[in-house]
Amino acid sequence: MPPTPKRNDDGPTDTTKRSSKKPKYSRFTQQELPACKPILTPGWVITTFIFVAIIFIPIGLASLFASQQVVEIVERYDSDCISSTFTDKEDFIKRSDTNKTCIKNLYVKSRSDKQLRSKGYEDQTATCEPEAKTNNGLIVPCGLIAWSLFNDTYGFSVKNTVLEVSKKNIAWKSDKESKFGSNVYPKNFQSSGVIGGAKLNASKPLSEQDDLIVWMRTAALPTFRKLYGLIEVDLEANETITVVIQNNYNTYSFGGKKKLVLSTTSWIGGKNDFLGIAYLTVGGLCLFLAVSFIIVYVAKPRPLGDPSFLSWNINPAGHFN
Amino acid sequence: MGGHGRRKRLPFSHILSFRCKKASVKDDDDNLQIGGPGFSRAVFCNDAGCYEAGLLNYRDNYVSTTKYTLVTFLPKSLFEQFRRVANMYFLVVGCLAFTPLAPYTAVSAILPLIVVITATMAKEGVEDWKRNQQDTGVNNRKVKVHRGNGTFDLTEWKNLRVGNIVKVEKDQFFPADLLLLSSNYEDAICYVETMNLDGETNLKLKQALDATAGLHDDSSFTEFKAVVKCEDPNANLYTFVGSMDLEEQHYSLTPQQLLLRDSKLRNTNYVYGAVVFTGHDTKVMQNAMDPPSKRSKVEKKTDKIIYFLFFVLFLMAFVGSIVFGIVTKEDLENGRMKRWYLRPDATTVYFDPKRAPIAAILHFLTALMLYNYFIPISLYVSFEVAKVLQSIFINQDLHMYYEETDKPAHARTSNLNEELGQVDTILSDKTGTLTCNSMEFLKCSIAGIAYGRGVTEVEKAMARRKGSPLLNEMGDEVDHDQASTDTKPLTKGFNFKDERIMNGKWVNEPNADVIQKFLRLLAICHTAIAEEDEETGNISYEAESPDEAAFVIAARELGFEFYKRTQTSICLHELDVVSGAKVDRSYELLNVIEFNSTRKRMSVIVRNEEGKLLLLCKGADSVMLERLSKNGREFEELTRDHMNEYADAGLRTLVLAYRELSEEEYTEFKVEFTAAKNSVSADRETLIDEVAEKIENELILLGSTAVEDKLQPGVPECIDKLAQAGIKIWVLTGDKMETAINIGYACSLLRQGMKQIVIDLESQGIKALEKSEDKAAVTKASKASIIHQISAGKAQLTASSESSNSFALIIDGKSLTYALEDDVKNMFLELAVGCASVICCRSSPKQKALVTRLVKTGTGKTTLGIGDGANDVGMLQEADIGIGISGVEGMQAVMSSDIAIAQFRFLERLLLVHGHWCYRRISTMICYFFYKNVAFGITVFLFEAYTSFSGQAAYNDWYLSFYNVFFTALPALALGVLDQDVSARFCIKFPLLYQEGVQNVLFSWRRILGWMFNGLISAIIIFFFCTKALAYQAFRKGGETVGMDILGTTMYTCVVWVVNVQMAISLSYFTLIQHIVIWGSVLNWYLFSLAYGSMPPNLSTNAYRVFLEACSPAPSYWLLVLFVVIAAVIPYYSYSAITMRFFPMYHQMIQWIRQEGQSNDPEYCNMVRQRSIRPTTVGFTARAEARSRSQRK
Repeated sequence: MPPTPKRNDDGPTDTTKRSSKKPKYSRFTQQELPACKPILTPGWVITTFIFVAIIFIPIGLASLFASQQVVEIVERYDSDCISSTFTDKEDFIKRSDTNKTCIKNLYVKSRSDKQLRSKGYEDQTATCEPEAKTNNGLIVPCGLIAWSLFNDTYGFSVKNTVLEVSKKNIAWKSDKESKFGSNVYPKNFQSSGVIGGAKLNASKPLSEQDDLIVWMRTAALPTFRKLYGLIEVDLEANETITVVIQNNYNTYSFGGKKKLVLSTTSWIGGKNDFLGIAYLTVGGLCLFLAVSFIIVYVAKPRPLGDPSFLSWNINPAGHFN
Repeated sequence: MGGHGRRKRLPFSHILSFRCKKASVKDDDDNLQIGGPGFSRAVFCNDAGCYEAGLLNYRDNYVSTTKYTLVTFLPKSLFEQFRRVANMYFLVVGCLAFTPLAPYTAVSAILPLIVVITATMAKEGVEDWKRNQQDTGVNNRKVKVHRGNGTFDLTEWKNLRVGNIVKVEKDQFFPADLLLLSSNYEDAICYVETMNLDGETNLKLKQALDATAGLHDDSSFTEFKAVVKCEDPNANLYTFVGSMDLEEQHYSLTPQQLLLRDSKLRNTNYVYGAVVFTGHDTKVMQNAMDPPSKRSKVEKKTDKIIYFLFFVLFLMAFVGSIVFGIVTKEDLENGRMKRWYLRPDATTVYFDPKRAPIAAILHFLTALMLYNYFIPISLYVSFEVAKVLQSIFINQDLHMYYEETDKPAHARTSNLNEELGQVDTILSDKTGTLTCNSMEFLKCSIAGIAYGRGVTEVEKAMARRKGSPLLNEMGDEVDHDQASTDTKPLTKGFNFKDERIMNGKWVNEPNADVIQKFLRLLAICHTAIAEEDEETGNISYEAESPDEAAFVIAARELGFEFYKRTQTSICLHELDVVSGAKVDRSYELLNVIEFNSTRKRMSVIVRNEEGKLLLLCKGADSVMLERLSKNGREFEELTRDHMNEYADAGLRTLVLAYRELSEEEYTEFKVEFTAAKNSVSADRETLIDEVAEKIENELILLGSTAVEDKLQPGVPECIDKLAQAGIKIWVLTGDKMETAINIGYACSLLRQGMKQIVIDLESQGIKALEKSEDKAAVTKASKASIIHQISAGKAQLTASSESSNSFALIIDGKSLTYALEDDVKNMFLELAVGCASVICCRSSPKQKALVTRLVKTGTGKTTLGIGDGANDVGMLQEADIGIGISGVEGMQAVMSSDIAIAQFRFLERLLLVHGHWCYRRISTMICYFFYKNVAFGITVFLFEAYTSFSGQAAYNDWYLSFYNVFFTALPALALGVLDQDVSARFCIKFPLLYQEGVQNVLFSWRRILGWMFNGLISAIIIFFFCTKALAYQAFRKGGETVGMDILGTTMYTCVVWVVNVQMAISLSYFTLIQHIVIWGSVLNWYLFSLAYGSMPPNLSTNAYRVFLEACSPAPSYWLLVLFVVIAAVIPYYSYSAITMRFFPMYHQMIQWIRQEGQSNDPEYCNMVRQRSIRPTTVGFTARAEARSRSQRK
C-alpha cells in the first residue's frame, strides 16, 4: 500500500498556517489516480484474438456474399468494339480509364471552384492556366480538368430498342447544390486553341451538367471509374445489350485503357471481393494466433523471469546503443 | 544576542589556536605588480562619487542570473528556438508555403509553427521571470552604508558602489567583496564563516591593517579617505594583492583583509569595510560560471532521430523528384504530347517537360514541404509541456515536502526531468548535504565500559534491514517521520543517553575516578570559547570545529561545565565526588599543543588547584595507542573493541589519555618548547612537533569518545537504495580527510574490509621539498608521486579483479590538482571508476567542478551533482543535473541548481520514482511521436507514388495540419505526463528498475527504429488496404465511385483510429484522463470532419460534406475502418504479447509480480530484485552482507 497520505493533517495546518508551502493533497498531483493497469496476460491475449476472429469471420462472409451478388461486366473497348450479354434488373454504367498515369497536382488544382460556383467570380481563373482564357475572353469552366472532359459516348439498346440511360443522380448532391452554380453557364469552352475533351451545352447551367460534375470530382488513383449513367429498366437474364460507342477520348498517347463496365450494386457497393477476403483472412489469422498462443502457453509455461534476457545482463558494459 | 560587548575587548587573536597571519614580508614581491596589467583596479574608499571613481565606472552591485532581459528576450529566445533544426525547417517550409510551389495553403502550414513557437517561448519567459524574482530578493537585501558625515543608512545591496563604506553586523552576509577596515574588537579582527564559498564550517579569522583598526564608530568615517589599488576581478578565492594609500602612507594588503561576498560575519558585533569588488566582479560571482543551458541526453538523441528523419525525408523527396523529372520529360517527346490532358506544351515552369531538370528541382522543394508531416512539429512543444507538468508533479509531491523548513521540492528547470532517470554517478557534497552539519556526542567508552544508548542512523538502517525488509519499506514514510522527531537531541550537539552516568550518577560507577578524569579532560582539552548569555546565564560555545563543541557540551551536560577562558586559565563548574555539590575550579593553562593533520592529536598542559601538573591529550587511535605507558594499557583491549564498533556504526572516535608531569620534566619541556616556538627558521613546525613528541608519551588511557557527524535522517537508506539501483556515489568535500572518511563509514560508502586506496602528498620527501620553497621541484615531485600512487592503485585493482574485494579511493585536494592535469586525468578516472566509492576531500569549488567534468566527459554517462553551498555551484552547473539542497544556509546552490530539494533522502524518490517515470514517459512519448508521424507521412508518400510524385497531397490541407495538433497530440501528452509502468511503491521496492534508464533500454536505437518500423507497417496496411478495398468499384449502393476526397477522408479516419488505438494498447496505465483524451481525439476527428465539412465550400474545398454525404451512409466505409484498424494493430499486439510473456523487461517482470499478487512474497521478490550480475558494493545492504560473509568464515 502506498503510505497513507496525511489527509487529516491538512485541515488543522491549513487554518493555523496559511502560508505553508505544503502541497495540497490530491490524487492527481500525487499521481495516485485510480487506474486500470492492463497487462497482456495469456487470458487477455487469447480472448482478444478469439473475439476478433468471432467478429471478423461473419463480417467477412457477409461482405463476400454481398460482393458475389453483384453482377459486373467489364469490356475493354478502345482496341475494338464488342457486344455482350448481360443479366439483371438495374444497372450502372461506368466507364473506366485505366492507367491514366498521373492525376497531377497541376491537374487537380487546375480549376476554379469560385468560378464554378457563382457568376460573380467568373474572372477567378488564376489557378486555371493554361486553360484560363481565350482570345474571346474568359473560359467557363476553366482549367485542365474541365478542358479534358471525357467525351466518349455510349448508346445502349436491347433487342433494337434504345435503352434509356438516366443521368439523374449520378453526381453528388452537394456538388450540384453548392459547388456548381445554377447561374453559371459555359462560356468560350473548347472554343479555340487545342480542343481537349467534350463540349458543353452552353444553354445549360453548370449545376445541370452532371457529366461535368462527376468528372470534376477528381479520382484518387490512376485507375478509376466514373459513373456514366443509370439504367433504370429491369433487364432480363441472357438479354444482349448492344452498345454503340463513339471512341473520342484519346488515351493512346499515354497508353491508357478504356473499359465499359456494366454493374449492379449491393449494400456494399460494387463488385470487390477484397474486403470480404481480407476480413476472413484476418479473422482466420486471429483464430490461428489464439490457438497457437494457447498451445505455447500450455506447452511452455513462462520461465519464471529468466534474468539472462535483461539487457544489463546481456550487455553488462551497458553500452546498449 | 546582546551582551557580548563586555567581553569582547579581549584580543582573541592571542589564543593559540587561532593563528593569525599578519602581512608577511613575502607579499612585497607581489605588490610590485600593482598598477601593471591585471592589477589596475583603483578604489577610492569613502569617496565613491569622486571624479576619478566616476571615470573608472566599475560595475554596480546588481547581480543577475537570468538568461534574458526584457530587451533581449524576443531575439534571444527566438534564436534559441530556431537553433533547433526542426523548427528552422518548419520556418523554411512555412516561408516556401507562400510560393506557388506549396502543395497546400500557406496558413495551414505556418499556423502550427506559430502555435508551437509561442507556447515554447511563453514557457521560457515564465521560467526566466521566476529566476528574476529570486535575484530581486537578493539584490534588495539591506545593508548599512556610509552617507557622509558619519551617518550610516540602510540601502539595498544593488545600490552599492565601489568605494562605499559599509557596516555589516553580526550574522549578516557581506554584500560585496569588502576590504576590512575595523571591527568592534581592539585589534580589528573578525570571524567569518565561509560555508557558502568552500563548505567549511569552522570560522576564519580576518584582521584589518593596524592603520585602520582605530575606526571604531560611525563618526570616525567622516574624514576617512584612502585609495586602494589592487588586482582586477578574478576567480581565485584565496589570493588578493593590493595596496592602500592612507594619509601619505603606503600599506600592502593581503587576503587577510578581504571579506568575500556570500560569507557571513560571525562572533563579531560589527565590522566596517570598504567595497572593493561589486556584483559580478566579486570573487564568488567570478567563480560562478554562466548558467549553462543544459539539455538532456534524451533530447540530444531526439535531435539525432530528427536528423535521421530528415535524411529519410530528403531521400524520399529526392527519389520522388527524379521520378517526377523523368515522367515530366516524357510528356513531350518530339512535339508529341503524351499526357495531353496536362497540356505539357503550354504549362508553367513547374511541369515543363522542356525544362524537366528545373521542374524536378522545384518539385524537390514541393516534396520537402509535402513530407513535412514526417517530422513531428508538435514534438518539441508537447515534450516541453509534458515536462512542465512533470515538474509540477515533482513540486507537488508530498513525499518530498520537508515539514520542518516548510520546503517542497522545486524543479527550477523542467528540461532535465527524464535525465533524472538516467543518472549513473552522483557527485555529492558532504557538509549540509549528507550531514546536517552538526556533531553529536553519542557514545563513549570509559575504563573499558561502553556508555551511551544512542543509536546512529547507520545502526538504525542496518537493524531495519535485518528485521523484516518488507515491513520497513511499507512504512518507509512513517520511519522517516519518526527518525526526524526521535533523534532530535534535547541539546544541540548532545544526544547521549545513559542513565548510568547522567545526572551525576557516574559517582556510583565502579570506575568513578576514571570517569571524573575523562570528563574533566573533555572540559579542559580544547580551544573553544565560552559565551555566557547575561540574561539567562546559559553558556554557549564557539569552537573551531563542531566536534570540539560537542565535547565541551557533553562535558557540561555530564557535570563539568566549562564557563570561562582567560589567557592563562580555564574555569569549570565541577561536580564534586565527595560532597555531590557543584564547585568552581580553575585550572592554570600552561601550554596548548595544537592539533594538526600530521600529529592527529592535541594536548594541553594545566596545573590544577592542588598544584599537580597534568598533560591531557586526545587524538586519533592510530597515534594515541602507541603512546600509552605500560601501566596505562589497562583498558586497551576493551577500548579498542568499542572503538571498532563505533567506527563501524559510522562514528568519529578519539582516544583520551593523560599523564601527570613532574616539575622537572615540565621545566625541561617548557624551555625547549618556548625555544622551538620562538625559532624563525623554516622547520619551526618540525621542531615543535619534536618537542611535543617527547612529552606526549607514557600516557594513561582513559577511554574513547564517539561523536556522530550527524547524518541527515534517511541518508544511509537513501544511499543504500541508490547503490542497489546501480548508481555510483562520489563524495566531493572541502573537509578534512579524516572527517570525510568517517562520513564515508557513516553512510556506508566505506566499510570494514574494503580496501582503501589513499592518494595524498603527505610523504616525507615532498614535505621536505615544500620547505625548501623550490616550487618547480615540489610540483615535479608531487606529480611524480601522484602518478606513482595512481598506477600502484590500478595495479592493486587489476590484481584483485577476480576476488570480490571492493576498493575505495580517497584523494585529497592537493593531489587532485595534479591528478586532474590533462596527462594524468584519464589514468585517475580509470582508477576511480574501478573503485566502489570515491571520496575527494579538501577539494576547492573549482576542483569539484573539474572532477564533475572529468566524470561527465570521461565516461559519457549522466552525472548528478548535489550540494547545498555556494562552493558547490560549479559542480552543480557542470554536472548534467544539479540538485540544490535548500537547507539552512544561503541560496547560491539552489539558485544555480536545476532542481532543489530540502533533504538528501528525497533524492531516492526523485530519482527512483520521478526520474524513472519521467524517463519512461518522455522516451515512450517520443517513440510514439515518431511512430505516429511515420505512419502518417508514409501514407502521404505512398499516395505520391501513385500520382507520379506530382506533389499532390492525399489529404485536405487542414487534415494535414491538424493531424499533429488536434487528433494525436493530446493522447501522447497524456502518456508523457501520466503513464506509470509500475507504481511508486514498486519503483522503490525494486531499485534495479532504475537501470532501465541508466542503460537507456527504453530509448535505444533498436527501440526507436522498432517504433518507426511499426509506423511503417501501419502505414502500409492502411494505405494498401484502403486503396484495394475502395479501388475503383462503386463503394455504396448508389453506385458512386471513390474520388480523391473520399479516399483521403477514409484513409485519414483509419490513420487517426490506428494511432489512437495503438496508443491505447501500448499504455499500461489507464486513468479516466487517458480514456478521455484517446477516445476524445477520435471523436474530435469526427466532430471536426462534420464541422469542417459543413462550412461553405470555399473554406472546406474538397472536404465539403464528404463525411456526411459520402462516407457515413456507406457501410463499406465503416467496415473498412474497422478492418484496417484491427489489422494494423495486430502485429504490434502479437509482438508485445510475446515479449511480455517470454522476454519481459524488468518493469514487465514487476508488472507480473503485481498481477499475480506475489508482491507480498518476500522470497519471490528478493529473487527478482537481485536479478542482476552487478553486485552492489556500497550501502548498508552490502555492508550487512559483507559482515555475514566474514562471520561465516
